[in-house]
Formats: sequence, C-alpha cells, structure tokens
Amino acid sequence: MQKQIIPLKPIERVWSQAMQIGITTQPFSAESREKAPRIRDAKVVKSVCPYCAVGCGLNVYVKDGKVIDIEGNPDSPINHGALCPKGSATFQYTVNPSRMTQVLYRAPYSDHWEVKSLDWAMEQIAQRVKKTRDETFVERLEDGRTVNHTLGIASLGGATLDVEENYLMKKLFSGGLGVVSIENQARI
Amino acid sequence: MGSNMAEAHPIAFGYVVKAKEQGTKVIHIDPHYSRTSALANLYVPIRAGSDIVFLGAIINYLLTNKAYFEEYVMNYTNIAALIREDFKDTEELDGLFSGFDEQTGTYADQSSWDYQRDEQGTILTDPTLQNPHCVYQIMRRHFARYTPEMVEQVCGVSRDVWMQVVQTLIENSGRERTGVVCYAVGWTQHSKGVQMIRSAAIMQLLLGNIGRPGGGIMALRGHASIQGSTDVPTLYDLLGGYMPQPSALLPQQTLADYIATAGEKTGWWSHFPAYIISLLKAWYGDAAQPENDYGYNWIPKIIGDHSHLMTTYAMLDGKVKGYFLFGQNPAAGSTDARLQRKALEQLDWMVVLDLYEVESASFWYKGTEPVDPTKIKTEVFLLPAAASTEKEGSFTNTQRMLQWRDKAVDPPGDARSDLWFVYHLGKRLKALYADSTDPKDRPIQALTWDYERAEPEPGSRITDEPDIHLVLKEENGYYLRSSDDPQRTYTLRDAPHVSGFPALKDDGSTACGSWIYSGVYPEPGNNRAASRDPQGYTFQNWGFAWPANRRILYNRASADPQGRPWSERKKYVWWDEEQKKWTGFDVPDFPVTKPPDYRPPAGARGMDAIGGSDPFIMKPDGKGWLFAPKGLKDGPLPTHYESAESPVHNLLYHQQSNPVAKYNRGRPHNQLAPVGDEHYPILATTYRLTEHHVSGPMTRWLPWLNALQPAMFAELSPELAAERGIKNGGWLVISTPRGEIEARALVTRRMRPLNVAGRTVHQIGLPFHWGFQGKSTGGITNDLAHMVLEPNVSIEEAKAFTCNVRPGRLHEGA
Repeated sequence: MQKQIIPLKPIERVWSQAMQIGITTQPFSAESREKAPRIRDAKVVKSVCPYCAVGCGLNVYVKDGKVIDIEGNPDSPINHGALCPKGSATFQYTVNPSRMTQVLYRAPYSDHWEVKSLDWAMEQIAQRVKKTRDETFVERLEDGRTVNHTLGIASLGGATLDVEENYLMKKLFSGGLGVVSIENQARI
Repeated sequence: MGSNMAEAHPIAFGYVVKAKEQGTKVIHIDPHYSRTSALANLYVPIRAGSDIVFLGAIINYLLTNKAYFEEYVMNYTNIAALIREDFKDTEELDGLFSGFDEQTGTYADQSSWDYQRDEQGTILTDPTLQNPHCVYQIMRRHFARYTPEMVEQVCGVSRDVWMQVVQTLIENSGRERTGVVCYAVGWTQHSKGVQMIRSAAIMQLLLGNIGRPGGGIMALRGHASIQGSTDVPTLYDLLGGYMPQPSALLPQQTLADYIATAGEKTGWWSHFPAYIISLLKAWYGDAAQPENDYGYNWIPKIIGDHSHLMTTYAMLDGKVKGYFLFGQNPAAGSTDARLQRKALEQLDWMVVLDLYEVESASFWYKGTEPVDPTKIKTEVFLLPAAASTEKEGSFTNTQRMLQWRDKAVDPPGDARSDLWFVYHLGKRLKALYADSTDPKDRPIQALTWDYERAEPEPGSRITDEPDIHLVLKEENGYYLRSSDDPQRTYTLRDAPHVSGFPALKDDGSTACGSWIYSGVYPEPGNNRAASRDPQGYTFQNWGFAWPANRRILYNRASADPQGRPWSERKKYVWWDEEQKKWTGFDVPDFPVTKPPDYRPPAGARGMDAIGGSDPFIMKPDGKGWLFAPKGLKDGPLPTHYESAESPVHNLLYHQQSNPVAKYNRGRPHNQLAPVGDEHYPILATTYRLTEHHVSGPMTRWLPWLNALQPAMFAELSPELAAERGIKNGGWLVISTPRGEIEARALVTRRMRPLNVAGRTVHQIGLPFHWGFQGKSTGGITNDLAHMVLEPNVSIEEAKAFTCNVRPGRLHEGA
C-alpha cells in the first residue's frame, strides 16, 4: 500500500525546520559520518540454510573473494530474514580454522595421517573401487537369476548433499558399478 | 506428535505461533515437555511408543459416533470397499493378521488383505457400510479395543485430557474447518513407526483433512536436502521418483516383468513404463535399446535388506570391503554407534568426505575407549569437502520444494564439491574400464557421463568443476529424438528440454533421470529451483515443488465431489464449469479437463479408470486408503505393539512387540532388556536441541553454538532424581545392555513420571549430539540404542528403549 503524504501544518513546519538544524550541524566526527555497514559494498549471493529441512533463505555477503557475513534473506517467504541459532551460525560453519583443506591418508595399521595430493588420492580411490568391484562382482546367483551387483562396496551419504550430487552418486554407483548398498541419512 | 517443532524447526514453528494468535488451537503430545509444549494451548505428556493407542482410540471414537466427515469419507476413501472374505484381523488372531509365516517372521502371503473384485476387475463396494467385509466394519471391529480406558492404561494419559484432543479435532473438521498433524523422527524411529504415521493418515482421512489448505500430515524432515536424498534417492531400495530398485526376490528378471510387478494398470502409476524407460535412456544413452531391454539388466538387483544398519552387520561379517561416507558420521550418529565403530575396523578401505575430521574418520586412533591403531587394517582416505556456500546446487526442503543456492566463493585448498568428486571418480573409472571386453563391465562403459563445462567458471581457480546445469537438465528430462523428424537425434548437451513429466514416452525418445522432478528446468535459462519471486497466496514462483510445482498434494480433495470448494473459507482448487477445467490457487493435482461427474467405464485402464471425484490419483483406485490392501509389511491397519524394549506387557494383545520387526536376534552386541526388567526399568527417549545438528559434525566445531549448548546432559524428573540420589548439575551414568555413557543431570519437571498399567514409569530424555571429536565432546547417546529395525523401512528404534541411571562418573577419578 502506498503511503499517503499529508501536508504539514504551519506549526509543524516550523518545528520540523528547527529539528533540521540538528541534522545539518551534527556534532559527529568525520570518522563517525563515514562509517558504513561492512556489508554495504559486498556482493550478495542467494543461498539456503544447510541445517534443517525448513529451507530458510540466506544472503551470503562476499567481499574481496571472501565470505564476510551470512544473514537471513528477507525476501524469502519461508523465513522473511529470520534465522534460528544454527542458521545464524552458518558463517562459522563455513569460515572456520578447524576445517580441513588437505587430503589426509592413513595406511593400514599406521598410527598417523599423511598429507597427500588430491590427484594421488583420486587415482588410488579409483583403483581400490575397481579392484574391490572386480573381486566381488556377482553376475548370477547359483540358481541362475541375474543380479549384476557387488555387495563388497557400500556408500552412506549425509542429507546436506545437493540433489544433483545424490543423482550422480546413484547413477555411478548403482547404474555404473552395480553397488547395491547406497544409503543416506534419509534412512535414519 | 512425535515432533518438538519449536526447537527442531524453529522458523517454521513461527507460523504455528502466528496461527495460534489468530485462534488456531495447538496441541502438543510428547513424552518431553519442550518449548513446543510451552507455546501450545494443550500439552499432553504421553509414554514414548504408545501413540497408536492414543490415535487408535480417536479413530474408534470417530467411527463409533459417526463423527467423521461423511461426504468426504464416503466419496474419497475406500471405506465402502469389500475386503476378501479370507482376511483375518488381529481381533481374530490375537495381534496378528492373516498371512503370517512363523518360519520367516513375515507376512509372506498378503493376498487376503486385497479387495474383492468382479470379473472385470472392478472393486466391490457396499455404500450402506453394512457388509461385514467392508472396510468400515473391519475397522469398527479392529479399533473396538482402543478405548479411553486403554489410553489411560497404556499411554498414561487421562481420558479427560484425551477427550479434549478429540473434541478439538472434531470441532475443526468439515466443510469450513481443517486440522493438520505435524510429526518428525519422534514417529519414524520406532519398531512400528510406519504404522504410527498410518494411524495419523487414517485419522486425517476420516476428518477430511487431506488435500485441503490447513490440512495434511506434515513430515518435518530434519536436514537441508533429506527430502531430495529420498526423491533422487541414495537409498538401496529405490530408483529415481519412487520406482523400486529391481529385486532378484521378485519376478523381475526382464523389463516387462519388472513393469508388471512394480507398475500399476490403473491410476497415475500406469505411466510407469515411460518413467523407467526414460531413466534407463538417461543412464545408458544409445546403449539402451529395445533389443537389450534398454539396459535394464545392468541395474543391480537387490537380494535382501541392504539398508545402512543391515550393511553394518555385513561389514562386521567381512563382506563389505570398501565404504564411502559423504558427509555422514555413523561412528557417532548411527544407532549402536559402538557397533558402527567396530564395523569400520573390518573394512579394507574407506573414503570420508567432510569439512571436519569427524569421528568416522578418526575411529582408528581415537574412541570412547583406548584404541590401538596397529591392530586396525582399514585404509582411510579423508578428503576435504566444499561447504554449501562454496558450490551451487539445489536442496529439496520438507515441503518438496527445490531451492537453488548460488555459489559465493571457491572452497579452500583441496576441498571440492561432492559433485566434483563423483564426476571425476566416474571419469577415472570409465578410463580404467575402457578396454575391457568383460560383459560385467558393460554398464560402466555404457553409462552416459559427459558433464564437462563448456568453459571454466569465471573467477574460479577450480577449472574442472562439472557443469551442474547439465545434471539438472538430465533430472528434468530431454528429447532424444525430434518428433517432427525422427532422424534428428540429440545428446544431453544439445537436446531440447521436456517441459514436464507428461511429455515422457515409453518408446526411448525421451530421457529423464527423475520423473517427479521433471519441469524444474523446462527450457534453457529457466531453472525454476532458482525462481525467487515471493508473490502470491501459494508462492508459485518461489522455488519449485515437485510434482509439477504443486504446493498441496491431492488438492482435488479441496473441492467437494461436484468440484465446488467445500466452503468459501477453504477454497483452493475447483472445477470451473464455464471453462470446463480445474483451476484455483495451486496447480491442480488432477487431469485438468476431467469433469467431476466422469465415471470410468467397466474395465477401464490407465488414468481412464480414475473417476472425476477420485482425488488420490497415485492409488490404482483413486481412493484414500483407510485400509491398505497392499504395500505394507506389517499389516493393513495400525496395531499397537510395545516397543522392542518396554517396561510393561502389551495390554491389547498377547503379541508383545511388532511380529515382523527385524530383531537381529543372535547378533552379538544386540542384547535387549526383557520386558519389565528391573535392571532397566526406565524408558529413554532421544531428541535434538536447537543449537546442535545430528552427531555434531556441523555444529560442535563452532564456538558460537558450543557456547550456547556446551555439554551432553540428560533430563530427568525430580522424583526419579530423588529416588536415585542424582543432583541437578551433577553427573550421572546411563546404562543399557549395549553400553554406558555419562552426562550432566538436568533435573526438571519437563520429564514426568507416568502412571502406566497401575505402576509408575519414569522416562528420561537424551539429546544425541555429542562424540569424541570437535571442540565440545561428550557421551554418545547412540552407544545406548539397539538394532531392532522397523520392518518397512529398516529404521532403528531410538525413540523408546529401556535403561537405568545412577549418580556419578563412568570412570572413577574422571
């Protein structure tokens, strides 16, 4: 609804002008006057809360290639900008010194982690999958029924995976490799 | 019921509070008094695991007093249908239905639960409801022993309080008014969880509360895309869009046999062939041809229960060699977590993708007890994962609504999206298998796998992230052949998008990875998951709700049988007589030009068999099922059984607990306390806190949240605390036959002793967020729970098990 503009009465006009004096000659320092919210010039990226399934909208504020703040998206008809304690902590979930940034590898019977390259790990994992699949693949049961599966590999996913990630997982593991036990938090 | 909405889904609960301010009555029925209870008009404390008695008594009352919404029930449900004469109810078999096989512990023969039909297959009915074999009469008999007295005896709820609930529900039923039921894992995590939800479904159908605004049963799901993981499933028993994973236990050796057993001849599922063939075309492309059943036999077949928890046993038995964990933490987050940690030790290798070093990655050197790494063989690859802000993609929320996230920044260091990981693993495997001539390697060779970006993402240092929009397009569906020129063929990259699932065909001319998501990306540049226009009554342009962007399922039921709104107040979708079509505030969940007075001819097939006043189009008869003639493993009607561990005997039947639950008896480390065991006399229930998430991988590394909720605790009543000498704020030890943990005691009136079957039953409440990793550590509640699983969905019974408590620490001197 449009706000109606009501013309000011003379006495109010005088009062209003008197108030203006304070505005134009504020006793503030230059520093105070130049202060601005740190998100003012940040890029706003639209996102969704990664915790429960209500699906609250998030505004992710990015400056100089870094996330500087995450708040509720006021446009979202779900949360209208509000967030619960977990949602409000999304910033600390994503920008956190405890996060891992390197691949860690633990050899059988070893008592320590080793830092490895991503490329090395991807190749090793692909080799392990192929070896296990080849050793455990069953084309037919003893009575002749076709199964074309392996029970030697299993997968369990969390429910913060994107829909598209779930899709590719099922397609590769089930449709490509014959893995049967592909599971998710959705079962829990 | 079965939900603490204010604390587990706080932002959604804001709408409940708003509704309450406008006159809605809010009732909270839960063993644990919470903020939800505090904000409700009525709080009803109930014994954990007794919900079917509470709801069954309501169903009994509605039937006996004809207090149901008659016009809705008579037209839209199967109340008048005749069930086969050889069907035997729990009344006749003391807690069992006909078809039970003692040997296998299953309902091996469910044929007696089916409808009576004439020669043309038409279901027989008795609209007078007098025939003793009609659903109404069967239900009258079945629920007769679910009485207010039983509610008092079994649930520990007085009949006056129960009656207040009944009256509120009846006052809010009919043309002018509706009521809604919200539940969460407080219902799913029981050995009869599916039947608890069925009880609510029956009650809501009787009250006329399904398919109408302000009605329904809201499953309050707990994770950002847990709905998405169910729809586009990473579940062993499902393919995309709720088609079953083929099984070697059923006659499903060929595509035709699979369609015959998994599809339907009538109703919307008659489109099953188009959906499965489009999925096979999406997966195997040109290699999927009619001559090879579109590659149907390349899809692996199940030979039993391969669910997460049953797979844990397969691991313990050494049958699983390799394991992938994508942001999941069974070592603390899954039931009987100690068993989970033991299972991980039996693997040859495992891959963990996560943001933090979770318990499941560190089990080989750390645990609740000292661990000797030199005795553990498991090879572990721990890969850093991208956070939700560091990749684009969609989450499907609890309303089935897909919402797209844009990417804010690159993930740090070697962290990558799970999409990147799976895509590149697939590429490497395709390369490793490229030269194989072994027929078993055909599926990985045939799998379509081209999601390469046309150009690197501007401004990103990661140049090989796959093109997620191509994945979304495959989920949505696309044309493989031009309808004008059949010689013109397409690939995923250059194909025209299908506009929605009605365009899918069973002739191999379309591809679609998940039919229910079809329509999310109907044309280039129009990703409807990323629609962000918050206008309108039903927010049609905010996100995309599957199927077809419908916000309320079965919304044909929001109009009366003649197609008119039930009332002006509850107007939602209706038949426009002038335009001869369904219209309204939502996308109609009905064939848009099928008039309300359409009656199917005898022997009709497909959607032609669904009448104009049959709203439940996914059912082969178009009716809401009060009585489920098929589809459930533990009976066509809900029946009260005690939890696998219970302080009391079942007062309703001699059958103590769910006869077809998966007990895993004889498995080591799955001991159950006997009924009424004095060593474990207390009932425990578990729940989530607002400030933490599941076993803590997403919250216990965050100082902000740890400051708000710093330590593991247990809630218990002043009466129980006094009995055991436990002080508020002091330590206590909780023990079950599976294990012991310690926690701080929170002595509070929020937990109340209940009078059940003439004796006092104490209940304690346990949050389940802690583990031994992270910045806040504490006892693992899941170490206490057992491995008895619900028969339909193999979910654990974490919401009701027995335990004991004592003051003090787990280890002396700790």
